[in-house]
Amino acid sequence: MSIDRETARKVAHLARIGVAEEALDDLARELSAVLGFVEQLMEVDVEGVEPMVSVTPMTLKKRRDEVTDGGYPDRILANAPMAREGFFVVPKVVE
Amino acid sequence: MGELAGLTISEARARLRKGEITAREITEDCLAEIEAAAPLGAFVEVTAEKALAMADAADARLAAEGEAAPAMCGIPVGIKDLFCVEGVRTQAASKILDNFRPPYESTVTARLWQDGAVMLGKLNMDEFAMGSSNETSHFGPAINPWRAEGDSRPLTPGGSSGGSAAAVAARLCLAATGTDTGGSIRQPAAFTGIVGLKPTYGRVSRWGIVAFASSLDQAGPMTRSVRDAAIMLQAMAGEDPRDSTSAPRPVPDFEAMLTGDIRGRRIGIPKEYRVEGMSAGIEALWQAGIDMLRDAGAEIVDISLPHTKYALPAYYVIAPAEASSNLARYDGVRYGHRAKLAPGEGIVEMYEKTRAEGFGDEVKRRVMIGTYVLSAGYYDAYYNRARKVRTLIRRDFEQAFASGIDAVLTPATPSTAFALGEKGQDDPVEMYLNDIFTVPVNLAGLPGISVPAGRDAKGLPLGLQLIGRPWEEGEMMNIALALEERAGFDGAPSPWWKG
Repeated sequence: MSIDRETARKVAHLARIGVAEEALDDLARELSAVLGFVEQLMEVDVEGVEPMVSVTPMTLKKRRDEVTDGGYPDRILANAPMAREGFFVVPKVVE
Repeated sequence: MGELAGLTISEARARLRKGEITAREITEDCLAEIEAAAPLGAFVEVTAEKALAMADAADARLAAEGEAAPAMCGIPVGIKDLFCVEGVRTQAASKILDNFRPPYESTVTARLWQDGAVMLGKLNMDEFAMGSSNETSHFGPAINPWRAEGDSRPLTPGGSSGGSAAAVAARLCLAATGTDTGGSIRQPAAFTGIVGLKPTYGRVSRWGIVAFASSLDQAGPMTRSVRDAAIMLQAMAGEDPRDSTSAPRPVPDFEAMLTGDIRGRRIGIPKEYRVEGMSAGIEALWQAGIDMLRDAGAEIVDISLPHTKYALPAYYVIAPAEASSNLARYDGVRYGHRAKLAPGEGIVEMYEKTRAEGFGDEVKRRVMIGTYVLSAGYYDAYYNRARKVRTLIRRDFEQAFASGIDAVLTPATPSTAFALGEKGQDDPVEMYLNDIFTVPVNLAGLPGISVPAGRDAKGLPLGLQLIGRPWEEGEMMNIALALEERAGFDGAPSPWWKG
């Protein structure tokens, strides 16, 4: 599978990574190289094989649905690039 | 200078208990060695004050508890930059986590500190553990303390735990933590002549470790002897309520299992690991390892792991898929770098600019590959198929173990350490091929260990890999000990960086 310039642009947008126009061709070439490599998987007979969900056979643990941690907003906000009055600050989202 | 920093954990433990040396003396020696080793780029942050305070606390505890003090008490270690350490800058060697100071402690480091280990600082690595040469680090590469004879070109210490490997090999610390998603402990251990162990998936808690590919990531010890790996793994391992994939299993006394007696063990030699283009030195080393284990009384059995060839392609679907999801959290809102916006730009521009500025090229590539293979129309063709192939890869090992094989012996890497800038410049896949012998172990969730076993014609270290049955790290390390004893690897690189 070869990735063209337009697909590269679309994937970059889906991943929310800005890519300059002039870098799209190189990106498409690099992504194509990796996808070309993984193309070998198509040779494998996977008929009737279950996709792996958990590498160690185990049932997922459960616990009571209750608050076990938290209550320290100052510590949570301490690393925020922008915070005000106990909230993270982002550009306006809703018009 | 450097004598104490050069001790193994087991040697230091004995001398600390006899009162011959103090944790403070070892720590001061390590700090001096770290300072003198700046050209190696191994440490990205040195926490000298914290180290000395922890060393003093360890000395007090050793005085009070004597023989009852934990084995790691007073042992100075380095921590890969992937582990959150409360209040200490933790960036996963990425710009996007610029100056992030976790308000919490990873379970692994918490356990080490609880046992009295001493924190020297944070170690360099590939950005988000994505790389095999430490060259994708935002802080610049770590450098291998080993050089080829008659050649002063800087070599890679491997990756992604390159700083950990360089620091342990150069005797800057007694041991270090690493993490291994596709070989990131074992490959750098092999490149630098040290021991690196990846535990069974679920043996060590992943809580507080910056996530790369959650179904593959495991933390483990990087040390200068197999015994030290056993001691340090003991402190790191065990169930953790904060990691739902950590196994509810008792952790055995690993060190007590190191008898060196492996008579009657059946060691599998997989024919599929005899790959094209493998260097003559590696081929000879593998044969030497076979002879050593036979000499120790093990039975050597040829086996087949037929899906080995598809491990790397499956890995380069599954790992990027999980990474694209895990790394979605880096959006410039809660921590780390946020891009400056132009007037009129909104939240989408903030995400796109922040991630463009904050991620390096390899990380971007993997996030986009992951996004692609998970996107509508390709999910079945790539992601589900890769997960099916993963089932087959695990089944290969299960069948080998069911036939009575106790462990599998392979080379750790297809080559010795290469020069910085030598690989992957034009084609990212060239770099990926480094992990050809280590990746299947992560896909199958098995324990693996790299043991230094010799040197090539240019004097560079070579490693052999043992792959164990699930949860049999102790048995695997016992076989590794038999290998270590017979290989008699002569450990220390010449300290050119001090000149």
